[in-house]
Amino acid sequence: MESLNSLLNGFAVALTWQHVFLALMGCFLGTIIGALPGLGPSNGVAILIPLAFTLGLEPTAAMILLTSVYYGAMYGGRISSILLNIPGDEPALMTTLDGYPMAQQGRAGEALSLSGVASFVGAFFATWGLVFLAPQLVKVALLFGPAEYFALFTLAFATLGGITSKNQAKAAFAAALGIMIAMVGVDGQTGVPRFAFGEVHLYDGIDFLVAIVGLFALSEVFLFLEHRGDGTGEGKSASVGIGRITPSWKLLKYCTPTMLRTSVIGFIAGVLPGAGASLGSFISYSLEKKMVDKEGTFGTGDPRGVAAPEAGNNAAAGGALVPMLALGVPGSGTTAVLLAMLLALNITPGPLLFISNPDVVWGLIAALFLGNFMLLAMNIPMVGMFVRVLLIPPRILMPIVAMISFVGIYGISGSTFDLMVMIVFGLLGWVLRKLDVPLVPVILGILLGNNMEDNLRRAMTISDGDWSVLLGSPLAIGLWLVSIIGFVLPILLGGLIRRRMRMRRDEVGAVQD
Amino acid sequence: MSDRIFGGIGLLFALLFIWAAFHIELSFISDPVGPRTFPIIVAIVMALASVVIIIKPDVKPQWPRAARLLEIAIAAGVMVAYALALPEVGFLIATAVASAFLTWRLGTAPLWALVSGALTSIGIYTVFHLILGLSLARGPFGF
Repeated sequence: MESLNSLLNGFAVALTWQHVFLALMGCFLGTIIGALPGLGPSNGVAILIPLAFTLGLEPTAAMILLTSVYYGAMYGGRISSILLNIPGDEPALMTTLDGYPMAQQGRAGEALSLSGVASFVGAFFATWGLVFLAPQLVKVALLFGPAEYFALFTLAFATLGGITSKNQAKAAFAAALGIMIAMVGVDGQTGVPRFAFGEVHLYDGIDFLVAIVGLFALSEVFLFLEHRGDGTGEGKSASVGIGRITPSWKLLKYCTPTMLRTSVIGFIAGVLPGAGASLGSFISYSLEKKMVDKEGTFGTGDPRGVAAPEAGNNAAAGGALVPMLALGVPGSGTTAVLLAMLLALNITPGPLLFISNPDVVWGLIAALFLGNFMLLAMNIPMVGMFVRVLLIPPRILMPIVAMISFVGIYGISGSTFDLMVMIVFGLLGWVLRKLDVPLVPVILGILLGNNMEDNLRRAMTISDGDWSVLLGSPLAIGLWLVSIIGFVLPILLGGLIRRRMRMRRDEVGAVQD
Repeated sequence: MSDRIFGGIGLLFALLFIWAAFHIELSFISDPVGPRTFPIIVAIVMALASVVIIIKPDVKPQWPRAARLLEIAIAAGVMVAYALALPEVGFLIATAVASAFLTWRLGTAPLWALVSGALTSIGIYTVFHLILGLSLARGPFGF
């Protein structure tokens, strides 16, 4: 009941004109960002962070704007999946399987509105999950000392590659690279400069916003430049008829059990470290196929095959907010970016956030509820407008993305040096992507590296230099065990799961072609 | 092969990092761990990961042809030039030129690229400066 009370207070915070307006803007922008091929939740939010920062928004307002964008992008990802068979972002991949066949049968409008409702159900359920689960997790987190936090950070890095990780060595490499970048600058505890090589600009360290925008947004521009003329996304306009844009009650009723089941699965996948939205939608789809697909209609335009992954991935998006808010340890790329926003606003997420800034947390959660209803309202009748956005070709869009990135970073510091650093990160991001090195651990390393070191050093100061303190409590030992398992398991299972994900897509692809 | 080279560079970088860590000056105030230890631990992790990558490389990624690589390099060069020009010529002109170049290289016809560049620049200026009040770089003409 305590949670409900806090939630009511949250609504009091969220229901100001400014906040409602920002939530509306965020949902709108987010849906557009999600719908555009090549822009997903993480790079969309990354571009907007510097802007929210330079606009001088209050912490609560900035978080409401950005999480609305996040939720909006999760909704929007389905639009290009269904109409163009190109997932707008990675989690929307599974939606192409039944969404595109439906569109080909002239039922695109139905698929869009049904997936809109499914997204709503998933996100709505997950937001309730957040309300009840996050405070419980906070209670556990309050027992954490520096040694436990150090173990928790290790766990986050070890599991971030995720169960679908292709190459754990590369995930470890990425995390180490990120932490090493974080080490640049003056050491907070002893005041000596590290790895700055006498360059005064580097004494403050490398601003993580600069790194994030470079790695996520600019590298996307380079990627498009490389693939120019390959015909991805271009020239393929939404030529299929949309059809009716409201789902019939019968259809909704038919899909309701599916939506409810997959919401639960998706939420759990989101909360667990290393799983995230992509896996959430994949598991949702596979389990539903096993459970209800008796006639073998999945993959040929079965509405339940559209509802399942959409409810799953939106629920996972909400679930991923739980560890980010309660522990300060994000479980996915986009929540890592949101964490960057909080840090930039001088708010440290984690258990203390719920105690010291309850207005931020609960205002944010209340705003998510509002955003959800706004998104539902926007996505059913106005979906035709978002469809039109897909007609903007990447050759126009990508320069805009690049320029907005520059505007945002320049707006924060007004420094040419930062812009140079951003370009370097853009190129680095491109090379790493080519080599299949995941970018999220790099980001997380840059964000959490200093924090991780601080906790290690604090623990050692308390124990007066005795390293065994790191294994000094059952909680810490448990966390270490989970991190080891989380790191080793993908090496054993990852290939298997990825093969099945690919097979499913190939199977269906073969049917279409 | 790409992965082997990447692993080699990673290993070299990690070793350099360890070397640099040993040259961090210690100050008279210090904690039991000190400013050197953690960076060294992390660099060792990176070195180990690099060795694994060298031993077990993935399939080679598809690298673009030399002409395309040059193109990416030129685009990066244009961005650097943009960053340098920004405080000199102001936001509107610099942005119009840079985005016209990028959209041209991404496949817009040259004349349309100029139009698109100008519109991008004016659009961003309108939204972010005139409406949202963000301060953008000012050139000699005040915009």
